[in-house]
Amino acid sequence: MDIHEYQAKEILAEFGVPVPRGGLAYSPEQAEFRARELGGQAWVVKAQIHSGGRGQAGGVRVCRGAHEVRDFAAGLFGRQLVTRQTGAAGKAVYRVWVEEASDIRRELYLGFVLDRKSERIMIVASAHGGMEIEELAEKDPASLRRMTIDPATGLIDFQARELAFSLGLSGGQIAQMVATLRACYRAFRDLDATMVEINPLVVTGTGDLVALDAKMSFDTNALFRQPRIAELRDRSQEDARESAAADHGLAYVGLDGDIGCIINGAGLAMATMDMIKLAGGEPANFLDIGGGASPERVVRAFRTVLADANVRVILVNIFAGINRCDWVAEGVVQAYREVGMTIPVVVRLAGTNVEEGRRILQASGLPLVTADTLADAADKAVAARLKSAA
Amino acid sequence: MAVLITEDTRIIVQGMSGRIGQFHAADMIRHGTRVVGGVTPGRGGESLLDRPLFDTVRAAVEATGADASLIFVPPPFAADAIMEAADAGIRTAVCVTDGIPAQDMMKVKRFLRRYPAERKMRLVGPNCAGVISPGIGFMGIMPPHIYMKGRVGIVGRSGTLGYEAASQMKALGIGVSTSVGIGGDPINGSSFRDILELFEADPETDAVMMIGEIGGPQEAEAAAFARDHMSKPVVAYIAGLSAPRGRKMGHAGAIISAFGESAQEKVEILSAAGITVAPNPSAMGETMARVLKLRKAA
Repeated sequence: MDIHEYQAKEILAEFGVPVPRGGLAYSPEQAEFRARELGGQAWVVKAQIHSGGRGQAGGVRVCRGAHEVRDFAAGLFGRQLVTRQTGAAGKAVYRVWVEEASDIRRELYLGFVLDRKSERIMIVASAHGGMEIEELAEKDPASLRRMTIDPATGLIDFQARELAFSLGLSGGQIAQMVATLRACYRAFRDLDATMVEINPLVVTGTGDLVALDAKMSFDTNALFRQPRIAELRDRSQEDARESAAADHGLAYVGLDGDIGCIINGAGLAMATMDMIKLAGGEPANFLDIGGGASPERVVRAFRTVLADANVRVILVNIFAGINRCDWVAEGVVQAYREVGMTIPVVVRLAGTNVEEGRRILQASGLPLVTADTLADAADKAVAARLKSAA
Repeated sequence: MAVLITEDTRIIVQGMSGRIGQFHAADMIRHGTRVVGGVTPGRGGESLLDRPLFDTVRAAVEATGADASLIFVPPPFAADAIMEAADAGIRTAVCVTDGIPAQDMMKVKRFLRRYPAERKMRLVGPNCAGVISPGIGFMGIMPPHIYMKGRVGIVGRSGTLGYEAASQMKALGIGVSTSVGIGGDPINGSSFRDILELFEADPETDAVMMIGEIGGPQEAEAAAFARDHMSKPVVAYIAGLSAPRGRKMGHAGAIISAFGESAQEKVEILSAAGITVAPNPSAMGETMARVLKLRKAA
């Protein structure tokens, strides 16, 4: 789960990371008020959306008067900001962060991630901050420093010092960097984060370190014990269909094709999408109905898939283990009748209670296309799509 | 022999009194699996499914001689249950639970390392379908009737895609020695490499079907192991050729976030290591059949 920049800065500041002074605004007038409240000659006005690349997308500007702050903010509110990470639809701006401008001398990169290879928290840092980590890894891989943290000891001071010196810091900056690293690590560990990124971490004109931008992501599996983080969830930044589906126990990811998929198991769902592509079609979505799916959940899956206007065929592929083919079949029949189906539905059932499932489908008398194997199901879905398009 | 579950394995179920635990324990017993008891704190002394319940894993091990545990404990308490099993002397644990926090799994992995090799517990999962040795028994949630007894090992992240492979092979008359689901989480107990090592050493396994997916470094690690240390042929399939970058596809671990983690890149890495990669998911069975035939002819 992602949170906004200003929320990440508030959290990291509590753990001891130095951040610029700033204030949140929900309107252009409030943005202007925040600027006057902060004082000074220049402010950075930043659109708060769950995405990187906001600067290049026109969501960040240094403003040199309170009126400019208001005008720039006025242009941001309500806008769908399109960055290279958001997709064409962009993300809506409802909050703006106004911050005192900083005197930047150097930009560093600092990230904490969960490293799957070492199965530990890993620090990634570079003396060349400012650009995205992907770009950094491509253009200047030699500048990247990596270090893993043993969960039994936590981050040890010498590790933090080594990293600070290797980034070319000196004097009082070393102690500041050690404190920043320790603070980020504690925030990561205590709050069940999966990512903490400060980019850039800057050295100011007075030689001090300040986190100019911050990003944090959290482990959704751990939200049950992080109530404060769970409250920071912002649905306006999520894909409406994906979050509605998740509320009903369905893992759904919208894609660009026109063959709607209803499948059990993430691996089988990906494999079925691959098979559709191979048969000459394009999947409209990834959807895993999960284990022990009731007929009601299957109906919900149909509604979720059909909410995408591009869908011209539905392919149901179930290999039941913890699921039951008879329940799925009942759900298919129920959905067909309830939603007033106008497009072809291809169903492939296998595994637990498969005979009973097939019997229910047949007894329904509905014009369902049944398939025996994965390849058969994909071929029939693509054929049905071509027919419905003709 | 098979791996992980053999004729001698004595199994307890942690969380057996829960709805899901009870359902699957009953299914395991019905199919002849040697389930010797269950563990639910506070229910010790009772009996369920004609098996004794215990308050602690230690008590269960002392009373029944259990050496394996199937864990159905809910996510907030699952890491604790796994560590309890390890400390009580369980040698093989299979954890089905989906939704365990990643840092809990980091802690579990660190904890397991405190035991010397001769009593260290092997963990399979979490978020997996389990382990089945057809004709002997199973620990997990798979439908046992789709597996035919035979001499090919299966290892995969996805439960249902593992069923798909087993049924394709069965249709061609190819049976399974053991099928192992390692689970879809980013941090898991046993990696592809760990299970390949078991199959390589198992005299009753002739070849291995390995089913990977997008995300994570484990398929690449397994490819290097197969190239350098395996005499038995490995057939692989990687799911997610059509998955977009940066989007989580159901499994917590199924996300392309680094170089080498896309399906295309993994297929290249596996092929370069001499592994035969099935061109699509409905060709897993026939690719294995072809490889076995070549092997026989050679």
